[in-house]
Amino acid sequence: MKYVDEFRDPVLAKKLVDEINKLVKEIDFAKQRPIQLMEFCGGHTHTIFRYGIEQLLPKSIELVHGPGCPVCVLPMGRVDDCVSLAERPEVIFATFGDAMRVPGSKKSLLQAKADGADVRMVYSPLDALELARKPENKEREVIFFALGFETTMPSTALTVLQAEEEGIENFSLFCNHITTAPTIKAILDSPSMQLDGFVAPGHVSMVVGEQPFHFIAEQYKKPIVITGFEPLDILQSIWLLIKQIAEKRSVVENQYARVVSSQGNLPGMEAMTKVFELREFFELRGLGSIDNSGVRITNDYARFDAERKFPVPNIKVADPKQCQCGDVLKGVIKPWQCQVFGTSCTPETPMGALMVSSEGACAAYYNFGNLPEMMSLKNIKEKEEAML
Amino acid sequence: MCLGIPGQIVEIVDASKKLAKVEISGVRRQVNIACIVSEDHPVESCIGDWVLVHVGFAMSRIDAEEARKTLELLIELGEAQKEIEEMSLSTKGVSQ
Amino acid sequence: MIQSSVSQSNAGMRKRSGILRAETINMSHGSGGKAMRDLIDDVFLGAFENVELDVLEDQARIDLSQLTSLGNRLALTTDSYVVDPIFFRGGDIGKLAVCGTVNDLAVGGAKPLYLTCSVIIEEGLSVSDLRRIVESMRVAAVEAGVQIVTGDTKVVERGACDKIFINTAGVGVISSSVNVSAAGAKPGDLVLINGFIGDHGAAIVGARKDLAIENEIDSDCAPLNDLIVAVLAVCPEIHCMRDATRGGIASVLNEFAISSKVLIKIKETAIPLRDEVRGMCEILGLDPLYLANEGKVVVVVPREHADAVLATMKNDKYGQESAIIGEVFAEPEETVILQTVFGGERIVDMLVGDQLPRIC
Repeated sequence: MKYVDEFRDPVLAKKLVDEINKLVKEIDFAKQRPIQLMEFCGGHTHTIFRYGIEQLLPKSIELVHGPGCPVCVLPMGRVDDCVSLAERPEVIFATFGDAMRVPGSKKSLLQAKADGADVRMVYSPLDALELARKPENKEREVIFFALGFETTMPSTALTVLQAEEEGIENFSLFCNHITTAPTIKAILDSPSMQLDGFVAPGHVSMVVGEQPFHFIAEQYKKPIVITGFEPLDILQSIWLLIKQIAEKRSVVENQYARVVSSQGNLPGMEAMTKVFELREFFELRGLGSIDNSGVRITNDYARFDAERKFPVPNIKVADPKQCQCGDVLKGVIKPWQCQVFGTSCTPETPMGALMVSSEGACAAYYNFGNLPEMMSLKNIKEKEEAML
Repeated sequence: MCLGIPGQIVEIVDASKKLAKVEISGVRRQVNIACIVSEDHPVESCIGDWVLVHVGFAMSRIDAEEARKTLELLIELGEAQKEIEEMSLSTKGVSQ
Repeated sequence: MIQSSVSQSNAGMRKRSGILRAETINMSHGSGGKAMRDLIDDVFLGAFENVELDVLEDQARIDLSQLTSLGNRLALTTDSYVVDPIFFRGGDIGKLAVCGTVNDLAVGGAKPLYLTCSVIIEEGLSVSDLRRIVESMRVAAVEAGVQIVTGDTKVVERGACDKIFINTAGVGVISSSVNVSAAGAKPGDLVLINGFIGDHGAAIVGARKDLAIENEIDSDCAPLNDLIVAVLAVCPEIHCMRDATRGGIASVLNEFAISSKVLIKIKETAIPLRDEVRGMCEILGLDPLYLANEGKVVVVVPREHADAVLATMKNDKYGQESAIIGEVFAEPEETVILQTVFGGERIVDMLVGDQLPRIC
């Protein structure tokens, strides 16, 4: 597959690993503590695990998995809102597959579907619009669960604009789009964080360009590299980050130049600014309320806003007490260090979205990691803590 | 939401709605090309473009030159170092 | 072709006379009366023509001495088929119902002999669809060398089932020299498969109109008994053998690793995968290791026999792209590891829940 296979070349991977190993020796503090690089985006987390990238790296580099997985940061209260919309008899609730398994306070969308709600999995928001066009659905309302960081905002916005052009009235969005820069800022401001560099989300940049990430290099003085999603892209970014750290620089670099242009995607951003505006604050599961971290539909497009068309419970639901999703999302602890990992929280019986989403760090560790080893490490840690 | 996959536009399906057909490793799907169309690059000129496809939209055109440069950089990695090592070995030989 | 072992007494044979003229199935076709007789005579008996069936007793009667001449164990299996859509590229629910059950017998080292055929039909199914499905079953049964000797027909109200559900039970005989189990893998063994993975799963996903992905992926649905007989002939000491159905090859490999208490390591670059199936997986974020197959058998063989087994598999119609995909080691036990195309390694676990297309 063109533009894919070349970026999975194991020979080039070996070269990069050799270079990384050489550079790491030039970094003094790496002798006392590991270099901590955060990959923000869930898609990067998935690639890292799918290709076993972490084992190729020297032990002095530690990859910290960030909260850039929109399914993982979905608060339980919002899932309850989705379920209440889906359970309305006149509604067809269309959603991406991953979001269907996230537990709400009573049930997930998948359970709601089993209980009789009309929940449909779609690949694209355009498929949801197509459902609204069908003559047999004329009396139904198709609500699309619009989720994602800036990567999916243009697709959702363009779909709304298409609906407007065609005069479709039985289509709306339940908008749960969130923004990247404020979320990264919340992590950087978190006292328990010690990060030396960022692998930045390539597809978010594809939409918004490089500018929203400058503050990370300029104000917080952390190196940041905009990265593609093939394993070679990630290795190359790690190399570039290590190079910056060794040379004591902190700038924004674009490793994904074949797809990302520095100014972003103008038609996409134009559509986004027509349809969406920032919410003053928005709740992200495990991270709490973050200023400017979400968007809502503008007044001009209110008739496509499911939150304005229908009543939703809108109740903030606290995570179960034992959940440590927030600490895992911020990279403070590893998934297996969470007190319920592998015991009450497993992919079959998930307590949080991190165990449900195919990009969630917990699911990745559980499915791709060495489970017996992790559980025994966990038991050792718990025994130690009990002794203290 | 990052699962983007490269594909090639093989057909325009509906120019007014900016819909095209993209081919990815032998399978084909309809995608919306609004994000890659501009005055300089109208709908019809998109045929043959390699694009990044994500949730039914062509989000960006893939720049073949940038792709080549990225790979070349990696291919050359380690070779400059090797040359330097070889040069220093050969000078040692001469001086002995 | 097995010689019929049912005594042919003319007194026992009823002349088949029913003709089905309706265009769709309705409740009367399941009520036990004349309409049902017409359905059975015309659609089922006409297709599955064999002496056992034509006798039309309540049960098929099979001579035991015929069975014991072939081996010392009876193999018995059953499976229900509820696939949607019922027609797809490369097959349909009927072909699946025969091949699936035949393969379940064959991978245990049994010679498949007789099948039952129970159908539950949703009222409103078109008779032409039903005839098409039954014809597929007939063709598959002939190819596999099995006979469908008894069955049952029910019709339920609209909505009580989805178009048609089929259950087939199968009977076969295992020869005394054959001993295949999931617990037989030993360190040093090699793992083989008879061709491309994920074709069936991709064909079914590809047939979903709502995902709208144009493709020409055919299901790999096929009877594997001939291939397996040939493999057993060239290597009677097969250590493990199982067909990879739902859950993909990942599930079968995990079953072997757990039962045999070994490590199985597979190489991503060695696993046969069609370009189009790969494309489908990349678009939807599916992992081909977990996609369903309906014509794939995974075998674990002693290293010294691997080349001979591979050559034998490649000689068969359904094994042209056979390959050695991995190796068995002693530890860590009960684990399956994939060596990725990139050079790293990762664990391949059992599938949890349903594989939903990944968007991210």
